[in-house]
Formats: sequence, structure tokens, C-alpha cells
Amino acid sequence: MDIFLQQLINGLVLGAIYALVALGYTMVYGILGLINFAHGEVVMIGAMVALSVIQMLVASGIALPGPVIAALGLLAAMPVCMALGYGIERVAYRPLRGAPRLAALITAIGMSILLQNAAMIIWGRQYHSFPALLPATPHQFAGATINDLQIFIVLLAAAAMLVLLYLVHRTRLGRAMRATSENPEIAGLMGVNINTVISITFVVGSALAAVAGVMISAYYGVAHYFMGFMLGLKAFTAAVLGGIGNLAGAMLGGLLLGIIESLGAGYIGDLTGGFLGSHYQDVFAFLVLILVLVFRPSGLLGERVAERS
Amino acid sequence: MLEVRGLKVSYGGITAVKGIDLEVTAGELVTLIGANGAGKTTTLKALAGLLRPAAGRIHYNGDDVTALPAFQLVRRGLALVPEGRGVFGRLTVEENLAMGAYSRRDRARIGADFDRVYERFPRLAERRRQLAGTLSGGEQQMLAIGRALMSRPSLLLLDEPSMGLAPLMVQRIFETIRRIAAEGVTLLLVEQNAKLALEACDRGYVMESGVIALADSAPRLLANPQVRQAYLGE
Repeated sequence: MDIFLQQLINGLVLGAIYALVALGYTMVYGILGLINFAHGEVVMIGAMVALSVIQMLVASGIALPGPVIAALGLLAAMPVCMALGYGIERVAYRPLRGAPRLAALITAIGMSILLQNAAMIIWGRQYHSFPALLPATPHQFAGATINDLQIFIVLLAAAAMLVLLYLVHRTRLGRAMRATSENPEIAGLMGVNINTVISITFVVGSALAAVAGVMISAYYGVAHYFMGFMLGLKAFTAAVLGGIGNLAGAMLGGLLLGIIESLGAGYIGDLTGGFLGSHYQDVFAFLVLILVLVFRPSGLLGERVAERS
Repeated sequence: MLEVRGLKVSYGGITAVKGIDLEVTAGELVTLIGANGAGKTTTLKALAGLLRPAAGRIHYNGDDVTALPAFQLVRRGLALVPEGRGVFGRLTVEENLAMGAYSRRDRARIGADFDRVYERFPRLAERRRQLAGTLSGGEQQMLAIGRALMSRPSLLLLDEPSMGLAPLMVQRIFETIRRIAAEGVTLLLVEQNAKLALEACDRGYVMESGVIALADSAPRLLANPQVRQAYLGE
């Protein structure tokens, strides 16, 4: 088996999920200049809601094919997350629109803790196993294995990103979003209702978060009230790596981070003579974050951080 | 068309506009001149809904619009070309113009208005696919004016359209302004270049440290010794 190719495939799958989450961070940053640290929790809520719906459907005894049950779970999670994203902005961030950035940042962290605890109350502290609803038939591919679920995750993520790119670059709404992100005051002079655009940005980012939440739970087979924390930090890292505020950057950053992590986990044992194992996987994401912040704070495709400061 | 009574606007902790009265009648070309820091830009921002007045009333077409935000005023036909032009540098020329028409739904006529703007400013037509940030200052000013026209304004507020432009470009911008006025758009023009502004306009207000110091017809202001001394450099 080719370890390199295998880890590349694993990284691509993981990276596709990171990219979806990173897009939510980067869209909000692009418009508000705010890091929405509660975004990882939206992903978690998406996974939990989908899990609850799936468990109910399975328990109800209605004979539905696995993929249909999974799709219904996702379709339930998306509107819940969209409403949650809308609510977070309305309740936590809009009242602080004119306030110093630090106030909004602290609020974001507070919102994240609040959502984690709410989820803990609703779903408990235990790990929930996420049923395997999609066929995981493995395919041999040049010495590596890729299964149906992995293929499906990558394709769905790619489709979601294409829809987003179309929305932002080819529609009237997307034009208004880009204009608002560049200069909200002037966008207002054009007749754009800034508050609506900001709300839509949160809602769209949260829809992507719901998709990512269902994907990651299905991929690892678990869901947990704390799962959004680490995932959120990694996706944030991916957004910074690609250049925060830049959509293509978030996609690139997500994919790269997933691949770096997987390759790192695959080779860390060999590199340290067996001293460190693959459970040190998380180290790589934060190593990347530190290196980017030190050597290229504007990220791979970004310019706006440097431009604004 | 526009009637302003006792307008006071605070901006960054200071009262920049200290209670002014101002009127613009339909079809007029009116200018607001004054030194740097007299409160001209603050006045325009308040009129366009970007700043909330501390006191006073703004009536537009008979309605009290004092508390309306900018995005609602542009739907009523009141557009501002802001100081420093404010084009969206990361959007193309064409996308900037489309943003100007954002508040409109009449697709067919929007298409015709694109053509009119490109006819008026052939340079913009040549650069329609270019990012607006790559345009020269004069081209950006054309774009800012063209973009405002895309909203089909009945009242157009212009803030320092000549700022930072070469003399030849200033002449062209003023020609454009006169032509827009001749087409029936009412204009309120803020300018530091008092001579050019007064020569182009019907009436003028002179603003000094937040109040209206003088209000008269443009020819009379041009002949006024005080104005000549303070603003025309004589």
C-alpha cells in the first residue's frame, strides 16, 4: 500500500471538510472584520441535530435506505444551523457593531462557550456513535484505498463550494456582498441594506457549517458536544493559511491543512523513530498557524490584512 | 425638492454643522462652498442618510426623511457621489455601475442606462471589464458619477468632484455636471474650487465653521467682495 497516496486521499477528504468550515470564518471576516469563534459550534449543532433526526428515523422503524436517512438528517440540520447563524449575529454581534473589535471577539468566545454548554445539556457529555448510513465500499486505486463515503464527501463539498462561488461572483446578491465587504458605507449609498447582507452572510456560512458537521460525523462515526471546538480552530487556521477574507484562500487553506495534517500523521512515527505517534496529528495544524502568522500573516492568497493594518 | 431646517450634525464628538437652513428647488444647480473643515461634507453625509442629524429636519419631495438611512434614500431618487469617489476597487467597472442600479428592478431600462453611461464616458466602456481600483483618479470620478446616475436620481449630491484631479480633467467633470443638470437632474454640489462651482451653478451657499454665512445667486456671490477675498484668492 502506498502510504503517501493514501494519506493524500485522507487529507483531501479532511481538507474538503475544513474548507467548508473555513469559508464560514472567512465570509464573516470579509464583511465584518470579525472572527466568529462560535462558528465551530454551529458545525457541532449541525452534526447533533442531524444525529437526532437520524436516530429518530432509525428508531421509528420506517424502512428507508441509508442515504435517504442521511439526506433527511442533513436537510433538518441545515435550516436549524441557518437560523442559529442568523440568531448569533442578531443577538451577539449586531449590538456591538460600532464597538471595539476586542469586545466582539470576547463576545464570540462567550457565544461559543454558551453553545457548547447548551449542547451538553441537550445531548449530554457522552460520545454518540453516528450510524454508518452510506456504503463504505472500498475501491483500490493505485495502491491506496478510497471508499464511497470519501468520494461522496469530496464531491458534495466541491458542489457546495461551486454554488457559493456562483452566488458570490455571478449574482446581484453576491455583488452586494462583495461591495459591502469592501466598503459598507458606500454599499449603503447604492441602496444595499447592510444588515440584510450581513445576516445572509451568516446564514450562508451556517448552511455550509451544517453540511460540514454532518460530513465530519459521518466520516469519523462520532458526534460530541465538544467536537466543534477543535474543528473550528483548525478551520480558522485554514482560513488564515489561505488569507482570511478570501474565499479561494479558505478553500485552498482547508485542502492544504487537511493534507498537511494527514501526511504529518502518516509520517510522524517514522520521522521521530516511533517516539511520537499519529495521535499528534493536531500539532500540525497549529504548527502551520504559527508559521503562517510569523512568516506570512496575510496568508497565501490574502492581501487585505496587510492592507488594512 | 429639498428643504433643510435647523440641521445640526455631530461627528466624532464635535458639532460640525451647527444649525443650517438650506433649500434646493427642482431643476436647480446649487453649490455649497467653504473652506476646509467648514462642515460641507458632514452636511452632505447627513442629507444622504450616512450621518444621523443631532437636530433639525430634512424634507425631501415633501416627506420628512430626517431619520431615513442611505439605502432607503437612494430608492427615493437621492444619490450621493461621495468625497474621494468611493468606487469599489475590487469590482469591475461594469459591476460598479451595476451596484449603482442596485435599488432598481426595471431590467430593460437599466440596460439602456448602461449604454448611456458608456456613451457619456467612453473611457469607462473601454475599461468595463477592468477592476475599478486600476483606473486613474479622473476615470474613477467618472465611474463614481456614472454609478450614481445608474440609480436614476432626481437629486444628485456631489462631494468635491474636482478633488485631486488634473485641471483638464476638472474641466471635463464640470462639463459633465452641467450636462447632467441640463438633462433635468437637480444638483447640490460641494466644492472647494469656489470659482468653478459658482460659474457652473445657479445659486450658492457659503459655509463657515458649521453655519451658512452667505446665501445668494451665483453671479452675485461671484461679485461679492467678501467672497472674492476669502474664496477666489483676490
